[in-house]
Amino acid sequence: MSIQITGLCKAFGPKAVLRGFTLCADGPLVLMGPSGCGKTTLLRILMGLERADAGEVTGVGRVAAVFQENRLCPQLTAAANITLPGGAPKTAERELRALGFADAELALPAAQLSGGQMRRTALLRALLCPQAQTLLLDEPFTGMDAELVAQAAKTIVRLAAGRDTLLVTHDAAAAALLGWPVVQLQAMA
Amino acid sequence: MAPAETKNKPWQTALVLLFWLAVWQALAMSLGHGGLFLATPWQTLQALAAQLPTAAFWRRIAFSSLRILAGFGLAAVCGVFLGAAGARWAWVRRLIAPPLALIRAMPVASFVILALLWVSSANLSVVVSFTHVLPVIYAGVASGIADTDRQLLEMAAVYRLPLAKRLRYIWLPGVFPSFCESCIAAMGMCWKSGVSAEVIGLPDHSVGDALYRAKITLTTPDVFAWTLVIVLLSAALSALAAAALRRVKRALCGEVTA
Repeated sequence: MSIQITGLCKAFGPKAVLRGFTLCADGPLVLMGPSGCGKTTLLRILMGLERADAGEVTGVGRVAAVFQENRLCPQLTAAANITLPGGAPKTAERELRALGFADAELALPAAQLSGGQMRRTALLRALLCPQAQTLLLDEPFTGMDAELVAQAAKTIVRLAAGRDTLLVTHDAAAAALLGWPVVQLQAMA
Repeated sequence: MAPAETKNKPWQTALVLLFWLAVWQALAMSLGHGGLFLATPWQTLQALAAQLPTAAFWRRIAFSSLRILAGFGLAAVCGVFLGAAGARWAWVRRLIAPPLALIRAMPVASFVILALLWVSSANLSVVVSFTHVLPVIYAGVASGIADTDRQLLEMAAVYRLPLAKRLRYIWLPGVFPSFCESCIAAMGMCWKSGVSAEVIGLPDHSVGDALYRAKITLTTPDVFAWTLVIVLLSAALSALAAAALRRVKRALCGEVTA
């Protein structure tokens, strides 16, 4: 099923963030654009966290998301955070190891992980969410070095296969690694 | 700039304690009259030592502790439910604000005298500790709910986490810190208000009754000994409550320690 967005409008007070935005995502897509062009607002509307002023969205299934912030439960381990929406702890630990987690780091509460480790955990929580049909990934590569970005991009392509995915990034190199079509958003004047 | 807070070393604490014991001893000696106006630390310990082996002493402790803690427990349960209901529905908040404000503002003595019209003196400390603990726990729970991480709640909504998981992994860790703080503060408060109620209501076999009898018979060392017992009980139960709550939090919220 593809995500259809038609004539989406959203303003915060006098400032219009999205004006008549239309998109048909027939497969995974990368959204790029300058700060303030409405990328995050668009994702929040698709997540159901913001209400659009006008327009229509169809085809969004059960969502798993990477938010701008990591939004991890600080008292839980990375694997426990990943399996919070469901899934097997063993799979979570295997994927975490593949993304550079050492055994000792798997035992740490999320509050004690580095920013990059938290981001990888948040990314895997979305990718491994068993019921999710739509993946909305907002800047998933934040805090990762080039090597980790390459690994994370491979993981995203592998685990997002078969699901509608919108990935927001400002990192053109990371977007190129994914090999997905790129849509450029323009800032509202 | 404010000086950094440092934790006292055991010998520093002991030294401070010794200093104040010396001040207490010096004051009691200067007042004289064999400790009639101010018992010495030694007289207090002697009075306590004389009480300790008696069954009546432990009966009084059990009588007062059970009732005061029953009031505390009831208030904790009601405070959690009212705090949660108040956070969810504004009309609950508005409805219970006046009685809670009234209880907070009312002197313990006035409340005790009124409560004596409604309950027997034996159960007075249950009612008084309940009413004095309830506003504290309610405020703690309400502020904990307000402090709960909104971003995590949004995450839970997007991932459609079941209510049990939201409670266990998001709401409880959010509410627990201020709930614990309020429980520890309320534990001291319920002892103060509960024993004050007993001193006025004079239920048989209670700590408050013993304190009052020691006062009217001018056995000042006993007054000091019972006061020491109340302070120690309050401190010990506060420490126990804090330790128990920490364990409960670890178990309930799935907390891992590195």
